[in-house]
Amino acid sequence: MSQNASGATSRQTLAKVLVLIGRYRLLLLASVLLAALTVVLQLYVPILFGDAIDQIVSPTSVNLQALAAILGKALALIVVSSVATWVMNLVNNRLAYHTVRDIRARAIRQIQRLPLSYLDAHSSGDVVQRIIADTDQLSDGLLLGFTQLFSGVITIVVTLAFMLSKNVGITLMVLVLTPVSFLVARFIAARSFDMFSRQTETRGRQTALVNELVGNQRVVKAFGHERQASEQFRALNDELQGYAQRAVFFSSLTNPSTRAVNNVIYALVALVGARLILAGQLTVGGLTVLLSYANQYMKPFNDISSVITELQNALACAARVFELIEAEPEPADATAELVSRGGKVDISDVAFSYDKSKRLIEGFSFHAEPGTKTAIVGPTGCGKTTLINLLMRFYDTDAGSICVDDQSITDVSRASLRRTYGMVLQETWLKRATVRENIAFGRPDATDDEIIAAAREAHSWEFIRRLPQGLDTPITDDSLSQGQKQLLCITRVMLCLPPMLILDEATSSIDTRTELQIQEAFDKLMRGRTSFVVAHRLSTIREADQILVMRDGRIVEQGTHHELLARQGFYAELYHAQFAGSAS
Amino acid sequence: MRDLLVYLRDYRRESVLAPLLKLAESLMDLLVPLVVAAIIDEGIAHADQGLIWGRFALLIGLAVLGMGFSFAAQWMAAKASVGFATKLRQALFDHIQSLSYRELDTLGTDTLITRMTSDINQIQNGLNLALRLLLRSPFIVFGAMVCAFAIDVPSALLFAVAIPLLSLVVFGIMLSSIPLFAQVQQALDQLLGMTRENLTGVRVIRAFCKEQAEIDEFDRRNDALTHMNEHVGHLSALMNPATYLIINVATIFLIRQGALRVQAGALQQGDVVALYNYMAQIVVELVKLASLIITINRALACARRVQDMLEVQPSMAYPQALPATLPATSEAVHFDHVSFSYSQTGDAALTDIDFSAQRGQTIGIIGGTGSGKTSVVNLIARFYDATKGTVLVDGIDVRAYPEGALIDKIGIVPQKAVLFEGSIRSNLLWGNPEATDQDIWNALATAQATEVVRGKDGQLDASIEQGGRNLSGGQRQRLTIARALVKRPQILILDDSASALDFATDLALRRAIASLPGTMTVFIVSQRTSSVRQADQILVLDDGRLAGVGTHDELMGSCRVYQEIYYSQFPDERPRTRDLASVQGVIA
Repeated sequence: MSQNASGATSRQTLAKVLVLIGRYRLLLLASVLLAALTVVLQLYVPILFGDAIDQIVSPTSVNLQALAAILGKALALIVVSSVATWVMNLVNNRLAYHTVRDIRARAIRQIQRLPLSYLDAHSSGDVVQRIIADTDQLSDGLLLGFTQLFSGVITIVVTLAFMLSKNVGITLMVLVLTPVSFLVARFIAARSFDMFSRQTETRGRQTALVNELVGNQRVVKAFGHERQASEQFRALNDELQGYAQRAVFFSSLTNPSTRAVNNVIYALVALVGARLILAGQLTVGGLTVLLSYANQYMKPFNDISSVITELQNALACAARVFELIEAEPEPADATAELVSRGGKVDISDVAFSYDKSKRLIEGFSFHAEPGTKTAIVGPTGCGKTTLINLLMRFYDTDAGSICVDDQSITDVSRASLRRTYGMVLQETWLKRATVRENIAFGRPDATDDEIIAAAREAHSWEFIRRLPQGLDTPITDDSLSQGQKQLLCITRVMLCLPPMLILDEATSSIDTRTELQIQEAFDKLMRGRTSFVVAHRLSTIREADQILVMRDGRIVEQGTHHELLARQGFYAELYHAQFAGSAS
Repeated sequence: MRDLLVYLRDYRRESVLAPLLKLAESLMDLLVPLVVAAIIDEGIAHADQGLIWGRFALLIGLAVLGMGFSFAAQWMAAKASVGFATKLRQALFDHIQSLSYRELDTLGTDTLITRMTSDINQIQNGLNLALRLLLRSPFIVFGAMVCAFAIDVPSALLFAVAIPLLSLVVFGIMLSSIPLFAQVQQALDQLLGMTRENLTGVRVIRAFCKEQAEIDEFDRRNDALTHMNEHVGHLSALMNPATYLIINVATIFLIRQGALRVQAGALQQGDVVALYNYMAQIVVELVKLASLIITINRALACARRVQDMLEVQPSMAYPQALPATLPATSEAVHFDHVSFSYSQTGDAALTDIDFSAQRGQTIGIIGGTGSGKTSVVNLIARFYDATKGTVLVDGIDVRAYPEGALIDKIGIVPQKAVLFEGSIRSNLLWGNPEATDQDIWNALATAQATEVVRGKDGQLDASIEQGGRNLSGGQRQRLTIARALVKRPQILILDDSASALDFATDLALRRAIASLPGTMTVFIVSQRTSSVRQADQILVLDDGRLAGVGTHDELMGSCRVYQEIYYSQFPDERPRTRDLASVQGVIA
């Protein structure tokens, strides 16, 4: 995010932003024009006030008529300028918020179409950051930053022009002295940067310590470690105090310093102006104008420097957003629908790997008759999900074909293929919605009776019934136990009853009796359906019609339990290590 | 709220001086228009070069003095606010250390961490700004008005009209947009949550072909958020043009009024210029003040939250010393009809538990999730107090032990194997800071963790990252077992601590513990019957009640819950006449 986009890519990104805001281009133009208008008007009004003050030099020479004319003109301009500012603000709001809305709408569509390989390679936190924070930054920084930069430049140019029209000498003096306040600000920023990074670093360590100790306060208490914990915290806390004090102090010096420089410039303008008035080269009204300009003139400089940093930052964010919304989506889908006839699966000579430079699965062939059960076994981390990825077409094979009921899965639409499978994964994903919405996820039109029937079948009704609002209970992150979540995921599939199944048995975190319920629900689901089970339980493996044994991402053996045991290979080794010990 | 001010006591001087110095600085600012007026009315009107130079020098002096005052003020404010935050943070951390499990449950560790970090940072920021600016802005606004009155009362009346009007606009817009901003933030959080959900659940969403439904829902929320944003935007869009209009229309009246007063001979031209300058200063300060009030308001809310946290009293009281006469007993732990619930209103976690464990015995505790296994452990160590009945350790009511005395006897291996940043040695010394390296190696050997340490560079000094994430689950678990053993506890509690170990290691661990010298009482909490099978006594828990107590063989004969657990793990040993109906009965 902080990396500076290089010149050429910045320009490309900028061009993309202009394309992106397409239909809002007129708004952007309007915003820029209105900005120009308000700046000129707001700078011109002080001149009118100066002229007005020149009409009241002494009691004898007050020209009320001329004064009324000038003030009337000023009033008209003030009103116009106020209205223009207001309209500009509305335009900017619309521009910013609608661009953000459009980008996010595009991004969510993109997420649904991106290949899993992209999403697996990016952490969800990173993608969320792009869609939420980076998009905000893009609109704030780039669109509004652009308008600010533009009005800043106009302010400087117009101010200089107006000042020049009053007096060349004073204008030049201000022009030469301005950079001084700039330099002072720079000097302070450089000094405070070091303290800031130490503060950030120490604060980071402190936060980590708090997370660790307070996050595990129960362990701290269980070992009577409270006093040592306090001491450890105190040391870091005192260290932080030293850095924070200086960082806060240094950073608060910028304003008073630049203010002091401005005050000196102001005094110089007053001095030189007064001498020029005496020499007859300037009026008092003119001096008033110059004094107020001398003050205003500084502001856009400070603004511009912060806007430029903001712009660079926003460009980097924009580049990240584009990287996401322009990523290559999944290749186009076939239109034919898969016609399921019992669920026969043929895998012939399939090759696949995630990293195309490393071979993983090669020459893999496999055949499953309708209604049979296939167990996938192997040690943890052996890549059992790869098979799920291929069967569900989350990933495409590199070579070979997978056919369901004699139709190649690349010749039919992904949706029709996926609808043929019911899937229950070990990481139980539920929506932040009610229990009912979650169960009816695959069939939103299901009646309550159907939902309850499915829940009874899947043994989830028992606990759903006891929830405070039954089916209408909203699901939050920790309102349900792991086992209950798993039961809900099974219920979700139970309601759809697809002809084929992909199941992932839970491992350890579930207690025995819930596991028994889950097992029963699984058994009911699998009855008469072609099933693929990532299996951890001995009984599942033994009862399977076929077993696929995986190791390091590859399929190393396949056959029935007895065939594989007789082969005395990796499966036999695995079996003895995992199960034989406990059964004896 | 006021109670937090004690942490500012050491910085009383700074807290008073910072705003005063800031006032001195703004006084310098307020004097500038008067000096300029003098240049115009006296210097120029009387062509007095010397006076002009003098006033110029005065302006420079004011600038330098102002900067000096300001620097001093910023230093005082930084010192006071950072010092305050440091003390407050330490106090809160120490306070958290004094809380018992019950308070930790109700407060939640996430909340505690937020209070410790971002809340206190916000308070520091708010205090710093308040010390610097809270007096300055009102002072300049009213100072400008006072100066205006000093110059000319009829003209100054315009200030009396303009200032309330401006305040109304500035504060009105800011205050009415605060609740709207909160709503926007909430809508944004929801959108963010939904985005994350779509990413983590991408496989499920695609498996159920719900892509379009998710897009529709996202669009709906996205549009709602945009609508809210624009709504707030409309409101804040009024701020600039409205204040600009008011201040400049006021200026027009001011100049006209000034012209009439000059004509009447009551004012000079320079005075009009000064009035004009004062008017210009007001609006900037009002906007600053309004945004400052928002920041302070937010900081006050944080301060209230921290204050609430500090007011939470630890619910557990400890006597000063053990009773004078200690009973002679062979019972290590005794539960006398104990019932317990985690909250006042909640269901009972344990009901009428009654058992006794002799010194040197190994006690197994088995049961499903939520059956109350960990609750029993929590009561032995007095992490919670029983609601009914008495828990006795070595014949003494656990409530009669002074603080720390009970914990000294007990070594606990919690379910979640957590280690802390540092070295292997520093982690193991948690059990006993005085332990020698030999003690540590012995504990490691018993915990089957010797080769974990031997395999690391630096051995006992090998570094452990936060939470022990540079170790595998099994390695972490064995080290936490060693940590409890280093303590040489009289009572060792393994709370489902062997779940990440394979059966062989689990067995070796139990044998090693059993062969330790002395009369250590061991509690093994597990879901595996194989882990508790050899125990002298097994407590079978079912929904918080004791469903059976006895040895493995006894329970196999008498306890249906135990049988069911056993057969679910060893299906081959299930009697052939498999009575499905009875299994179903147990499940329901």
